[in-house]
Amino acid sequence: MSPVRERCEVLERRRVGAYQALTLVAPRVAEQARPGQFVHLLAGEDRSFPLRRPFSIHRVERPGAALGTVEVVFDVVGAGTLALSRLRPHDVVDVLGPLGRPFTPPAAPTGCLLVGGGYGTAPLFFLATELRVRRCRVDFVIGAASAGRLLDAMEAKRLGHSLTLTTDDGSAGRRGQVTDPLGDLLARTGAGQVYACGPMPMLAAVSRVAAAAGVPCQVAVEEQMACGTGICFSCVVPVGVEGPTGLTRMARSCLEGPVFEGTAIAWAELGHPEPEPSR
Amino acid sequence: MNLSVDLCGVRLRTPVLAASGCFGFGREMAGWVDLAALGGVVTKSVSLEPRRGRPTPRMAETPSGMLNAIGLQNPGVEAFCAGDLRFLADAGATVVASLVGRNPEEFGRLAARLDGEPGLALIELNLSCPNVEHRGEVFATDPAAAAEVVRAVKRATGTPVLAKLTADVTDLVAVARAVTDAGADGLTLINTLLGMAVDTRTRRPRLAAVTGGLSGPAIRPVAVRCVWQVAQALPGMPIVGTGGVVSAEDAAELLLVGATAVAVGTGSFINPRAVVEVADGLERYLATHGVGSPAELPALFKAER
Repeated sequence: MSPVRERCEVLERRRVGAYQALTLVAPRVAEQARPGQFVHLLAGEDRSFPLRRPFSIHRVERPGAALGTVEVVFDVVGAGTLALSRLRPHDVVDVLGPLGRPFTPPAAPTGCLLVGGGYGTAPLFFLATELRVRRCRVDFVIGAASAGRLLDAMEAKRLGHSLTLTTDDGSAGRRGQVTDPLGDLLARTGAGQVYACGPMPMLAAVSRVAAAAGVPCQVAVEEQMACGTGICFSCVVPVGVEGPTGLTRMARSCLEGPVFEGTAIAWAELGHPEPEPSR
Repeated sequence: MNLSVDLCGVRLRTPVLAASGCFGFGREMAGWVDLAALGGVVTKSVSLEPRRGRPTPRMAETPSGMLNAIGLQNPGVEAFCAGDLRFLADAGATVVASLVGRNPEEFGRLAARLDGEPGLALIELNLSCPNVEHRGEVFATDPAAAAEVVRAVKRATGTPVLAKLTADVTDLVAVARAVTDAGADGLTLINTLLGMAVDTRTRRPRLAAVTGGLSGPAIRPVAVRCVWQVAQALPGMPIVGTGGVVSAEDAAELLLVGATAVAVGTGSFINPRAVVEVADGLERYLATHGVGSPAELPALFKAER
């Protein structure tokens, strides 16, 4: 199994709340993809040489009965995502994928708490689907700045045993951060594993809460990325200390990530407090 | 068609190499290309001790190109020799090891360490990385400093040496002549250009390192000018042309103005098979134009418009 490059037809593009969802016919990517992995997209035949844009995989339909599709969700934040938001069915997108290390599922069925911030929630739906197949209980915590930026809360409600919403402005769910209800939820659900995806400060905070509760936590990071294949060294994350040199090792999130153990990342180097293990 | 060329006495399968800093240490790409089929793999620059590089963000997209400030992250020469170099040699790649040091002595020690390593075809001296702590480490901004590095390396190794220069100078030919006189076997032209971009929303630099190296098609005309200028001034000096090559036509452009070979850099970030596809396209270009080999292209250049 290795990543491929596919020229993929757009099956559908639709709005999902404040975000855009793009479904691509990508059978060779779809047959291999694991939750937490990403695809690296290049739209159209733009001669101005745009870089690819990385997106975690939101949903997969395996080839066979279905066409073999991969869906991503994104926010229009610049020229690249604007171009992707203008794609129409039958347009062609150049896809590299599936890239990166996926989430590792629990060895035995256990309760899993899935924590997502904004469109960072996207890979957690694919993950939840797989965890359900593995007979794991899934509880969702989804947060965003405001109600319109909560990604697919209905889908989370359908896939999970419970759904807790938080918004910065209190326009939906409880006012505050995703980490606010986390301690209670860990205690109440007895979850044996936390999975999180979202902005770095959120991932740092989730890692801290999980570590304090003694629950293992995997986080999927989003760093600025050029190649997605390990050759540009842009998307690095500090991961502890390497050998006798005492240097922090800068791990490429496209190869060693985007999923890391929450305790593996040297959060202090990124300006966030380190997780402290439970006593 | 036989695409092979002679670069400083080394036979390359094609005149298209993977440029330093844009192909990792080569092994990352083993799943995407046949490393042995490439003209060569110029590795990411290697220093005596490991370097962790700069904080993120390390890259920013710019019109037809990108800025990077990676900061020469590498595992150090010992780990490089034990791991990456051995892997490349076993894969049958033509290896060009890119070296970076803080002074001529460090360059000399690196060259000595690599001398005789199996699989090593050429050495490239990174005299021009803009992402260093002090501009004094950009040796290629000063003819005397650049020449001193080349002399230190030539004393330490019998492997042919390419000096990679920057276009960020007033008189590139003077630097090229100085390193040639010091014994460089060939030149690589050009490194990234020092640049900067500002996020007007946050009013902060877009790179953590503030400034970075500009690469991609945005700098190709500068590369073409530099290769042309130096090839005119130093006829017969082998030149690896690099800067924004993403297609066979881009490669042909550099070969026409006097390059012996070209290196694909940022192009590999968008297309992991770019090095292969540029070579394949070059073969078609030569066939279409009735040219027997890449080495014939410089003589076919018509200097006047």
